[in-house]
Amino acid sequence: MRYFLRRWMQAVFLLIGVSILTFLFSAIAPGNYFDEMRLNPQISPETVAALRAQYQLDRPLPVRYARWVNSLLHGEMGFSFANNSPVAPLLWARARNTLLLTLTATLIAWALALPLGIWSAETRGRLPDRALSGATAALLVIPELVLALGLLILAVRSGWFPTGGMFSVGFEILSPMQKFRDVAWHMELPVLALVLSALPILVRHVRAAVAEVLDAPFLRAAASHGIPQRTLHYKYALRAAANPLISLFGFSLGVLLSGSLLVEVVMSWPGLGPLLLEAILARDLYVVIGGVLCSTIFLVAGNFFADVLMYWADPRIRTGAAAK
Amino acid sequence: MIQLSGWKRWLLAIVVLHGIVACAGFFAPYDPTEQDREHPYLPPMRIHLVDTQGHFHFRPFFYAEQLRVGSFDQFEERSQQAIPLRFFVTGARYDLLGLLPFRTHLFGAEASRVYLLGSDAYGRDQLSRILYGGQISLLAGMLGAGLTLLIGVLIGATAGYLGGWRDGLLMRVAELFMALPWLYLLFALRAFLPLSVSPVQAFFLIILVIGAVGWARPARLVRGVVLSARERDFVRAARGFGATDSYLLRRHILPETSSVILTQAAILVPQFVLAEMTLSFLGLGVPEPVPSWGSLLASLQQYSVLVSYWWMYLPALAIVPFFLGYLGLASALQQDAGTEKIVRTAGGSRW
Repeated sequence: MRYFLRRWMQAVFLLIGVSILTFLFSAIAPGNYFDEMRLNPQISPETVAALRAQYQLDRPLPVRYARWVNSLLHGEMGFSFANNSPVAPLLWARARNTLLLTLTATLIAWALALPLGIWSAETRGRLPDRALSGATAALLVIPELVLALGLLILAVRSGWFPTGGMFSVGFEILSPMQKFRDVAWHMELPVLALVLSALPILVRHVRAAVAEVLDAPFLRAAASHGIPQRTLHYKYALRAAANPLISLFGFSLGVLLSGSLLVEVVMSWPGLGPLLLEAILARDLYVVIGGVLCSTIFLVAGNFFADVLMYWADPRIRTGAAAK
Repeated sequence: MIQLSGWKRWLLAIVVLHGIVACAGFFAPYDPTEQDREHPYLPPMRIHLVDTQGHFHFRPFFYAEQLRVGSFDQFEERSQQAIPLRFFVTGARYDLLGLLPFRTHLFGAEASRVYLLGSDAYGRDQLSRILYGGQISLLAGMLGAGLTLLIGVLIGATAGYLGGWRDGLLMRVAELFMALPWLYLLFALRAFLPLSVSPVQAFFLIILVIGAVGWARPARLVRGVVLSARERDFVRAARGFGATDSYLLRRHILPETSSVILTQAAILVPQFVLAEMTLSFLGLGVPEPVPSWGSLLASLQQYSVLVSYWWMYLPALAIVPFFLGYLGLASALQQDAGTEKIVRTAGGSRW
């Protein structure tokens, strides 16, 4: 339990650090939302000053930070000037969609990477391995932006996929089953882009980790006992190779979160990406901070999940933690 | 035939690619900002060797194109007007490598402009824009990587050499930077900088932003090397002879980090070129009319362009060979470092 407690403390410190960092950035930044207003001749300087005072933007940085933490504790995360509403509900609606996309892509990518990587390790140096290495190398040199735009053009020209958004027109009148299908249909393309961009790295790591274990004496002994290969590789080899892969899980989540930001904008998926972009263009300070913090929370949660998995998978950590 | 081993072959490929982009003026037939309002959104032209009568020509040629009657964006070839493609033609003035005034272009044509990769909304030549855009994107990537490595080495060396609480503090901050998804970090930094700026300012802003995002990983790697180099015998000996800290760092410790820095550079440059592309694509980077790979792609955000003018996507593919080259170089360098270590330890055990 102490192990988890320490991880929790680390996560909390990380979040505090990130929030302070983003606030510092925002303090250094020239200009804010109300500067645009000031250029508008129809709004008097007094109104702008009053608004600035209302949102406490004329106060020193520590005061602003304290007020923001206070509003965070009340579940608001500051105030969006452009949307004239608290940030949290705004973020929450979008974060759900981003999470849906990212988690689906993570699951599918891992579900594909494990068998492909193991297969590649089994046939080391032979045709399947070489073909897979070639394919992953090819995917590796195609950046996400290029991939996403290419897929979108393909979708537009072929008409097989919807070209953006999350729902069809008239989504409200569909039955729950149809709604589910509609969203799944809209998800196909962005998820495909994300999976294809994450897959090569994952396959390569799985291959490396499993290949290292396959030569181990205990596996040879098990093989000579007549344990079938499938059980051997998927049950014993994978278990022994699990440690680096589990820590890779947290990393893959970070990569997919970044990737999803871009894919969402390209494919107009109503997630955090478009919201953040709009907020940047409107200089909507607290939405930007909230978005960055939100992504950090996802990442921390993912890493925490990886830690739990590691604790469960590796008895050395368990006993080590107990011994301490 | 010269035998090139491992990373040198990749380096050669990268140098050739960069050379082409650096000499964009020569390889591009036209000025990237020169407009041709008669031919907006012209699809890539077909280059022929056989004419309509079935005769074969040694000199490649193309047909002049004109708007189809009753249409505003459909072009057709005028088969009666064949225009030969000429090589080493004299055309628009440009400065080779920014210094030498030149007028010779690799290819071009008289009587009509040739659009190998089509034209954009203002009839500007896509090929020329891609080549010139590469100059902006690659330069931003390389300067950004240089800035990042500079920050990374400074912080890493400071942390590794001084140790103690300073090391702890710097590395905690580095972890903070590494914990954030990098695109979010890039966005956050960009969000707090001025939006409407001149292209030159935007260019340096971008370099500043991408340079400030990536320093954490090189800093950690450099710190590790410095930490172990500090305790090596020759460093301790030099210190015993009364060498000052700055002499030790300059002369004995920082040279040890060179292979790490080189590998990191090969990893960072393509990443940062992509970062520039992403920012400009989203309208947060280098604005029109200056071409960069990202701003060339920005028009794809309009649905109508996406549907009808697929060749506007071609600038995206320009980055792929560069990615391949840098990826190959980075992995070859890493492999080299690995085998070198093995060779060194194997040689050592014999003694």
